[in-house]
Amino acid sequence: MAWFKRDKKGIFTSTEDKLEAPDGIWDKCPSCKKPLHYQEQVDNLYICQYCNHHLRIGSKEYFEILFDENQFKELFPKLRSGDPLNFTDSKKYTDRLEESYKKTGLNDAIRSAHGKIEGQDLVIACMDFNFIGGSMGSVVGEKIARSIDYCIKNKIPFLMISKSGGARMMEAAFSLMQMAKTSAKLALLSKARIPYISLLTDPTTGGVTASYAMLGDINIAEPGALIGFAGPRVIKETIKRDLPKGFQTSEFVLEHGFLDFIVDRKELKAKLASFIRMMAN
Amino acid sequence: MDTSFDFEKPIADLQQEIEKVTQIAQKTSVDMSATVKELESKLEKTRAELYKNLTRWQKVQISRHPERPYTLQFIELMCDDFIELHGDRTVKDDKAIVGGFATINGETVMVIGHQKGTNTKLRQYRNFGMANPEGYRKALRLMKLAEKFNKPVVTFIDTPGAFPGLEAEERGQGEAIARNLLEMSVLKVPILCFVVGEGASGGALGIGIGDKVYMLEHTWYSVISPESCSSILWRSWEFKEKAAECLKLTAEDMLANKLIDGIIPEPLGGAHHDPALMAQTIKNQILKDLSKLKKVAIDKLVDQRIEKFCSMGVVQE
Ligand SMILES: [Zn+2]
Repeated sequence: MAWFKRDKKGIFTSTEDKLEAPDGIWDKCPSCKKPLHYQEQVDNLYICQYCNHHLRIGSKEYFEILFDENQFKELFPKLRSGDPLNFTDSKKYTDRLEESYKKTGLNDAIRSAHGKIEGQDLVIACMDFNFIGGSMGSVVGEKIARSIDYCIKNKIPFLMISKSGGARMMEAAFSLMQMAKTSAKLALLSKARIPYISLLTDPTTGGVTASYAMLGDINIAEPGALIGFAGPRVIKETIKRDLPKGFQTSEFVLEHGFLDFIVDRKELKAKLASFIRMMAN
Repeated sequence: MDTSFDFEKPIADLQQEIEKVTQIAQKTSVDMSATVKELESKLEKTRAELYKNLTRWQKVQISRHPERPYTLQFIELMCDDFIELHGDRTVKDDKAIVGGFATINGETVMVIGHQKGTNTKLRQYRNFGMANPEGYRKALRLMKLAEKFNKPVVTFIDTPGAFPGLEAEERGQGEAIARNLLEMSVLKVPILCFVVGEGASGGALGIGIGDKVYMLEHTWYSVISPESCSSILWRSWEFKEKAAECLKLTAEDMLANKLIDGIIPEPLGGAHHDPALMAQTIKNQILKDLSKLKKVAIDKLVDQRIEKFCSMGVVQE
């Protein structure tokens, strides 16, 4: 693929601060357990070179992989969550948020950005699982809603990369209503005939699946991702038997007709660009 | 009367006392009507006091009372005529969501709602009000039918959640709910939604996008049930009362947070104490709202509906 043959330095030299892991940092592949060197992971788009397992990555990596020269303008970067319910479980929600800001350097479980993909404009909103399990609260809903407004105003296609355990419990019904908000905005995007691509990555469950993640003009997924509405544990407890092998994987969801195709991360950019090109001409 | 809640013990005690006094009066032929009257007024006062100060968890319990009226009973009590319509035209007829054209004061509306069973056998038949994807798709089919013939839609929400089953996942539970959210937000007829019992998460919201969304006084609506919330946050089912407090899931909470449009008062002791009165109160609200909403141009109504849901959420810039 043309883009992949590009000088790797060009792709991976970030305009942002990047934590360069020193040589000698190794992770185990969660699937085949083989050791993976940090730089090898980066070079291989965070795909296990032995078993093709797609490692979980965040907005930073997806923007690097997808935007031309990793150039983009981040949209609404400062949005942060309120604590409308004054929620406290084992710790205060506000403390949990502060910890997450510190730990991840992110402002919530989503980032949105406008950049180019093979020369074509694209807005990407991408969820970050590291931030409270990629849970959907007011910020996630609001950022998606504003990104869609931005796409309508500027007539730019929208790519949503979902990676979430579902609703954010600490925002309770506020969180629930983000499903309504994002779906309503997507109805407007659809009316404006602007392409919406939903990419489901590991994992995409709960309220995210039951709203924007399933509403793409095309729904696509990375291989081997967990995709479902109810979590496997809940289903197992409900039906009181073991779940079949491969249940709720991308491949299962494709087979049952809810995905248009599964795309390997190495082919993702080319395939997205080609779809956008087809819609534009 | 069957008082099934622990917190209603003071009421049950008084009822027992009244019964005892009445029996003594009968046996001994002594006039004790004054005592009985006094006890009865005390009972009413106790009930009123109890119901004025319900905890959030107690409201959750009331919302699940097995004698509460469900959709079909509401339809029977408030509609002159009803033609139930079945099936999603793709897979099957889901028994946990019912719907059809009905007339209310001579006016045709599409009524759709979750349906729970009224005895053990029927509870299973109705899958405890937990719909599969075909239930949501039937609901959407009926809403589209209503739109085609320019009839308003009324929904009754009462579900412990969308069914978390194997087939539900195979047939796209997530997609079915998502589709309804999108389509309802732009449906070109007025939509009124009433949470009449349990409003659990996406399974409730799946028929819950309306120009007006109401909750009955003793119902709950949130992203998760207090029990599940407890099991996730505290790894135990024992903190359900605390979870109910944290979730702020009552009608009062939801109205204060501007997540619903209003609260429908219930008869003293809950909707099940007087289903006919409950139905009448809802019916009055429906008639009042429809006469107003029908005067609004439909495009404007849809814009306002979208605007309302889009304004929900609290963020800091
Ligand atoms: Zn591997």
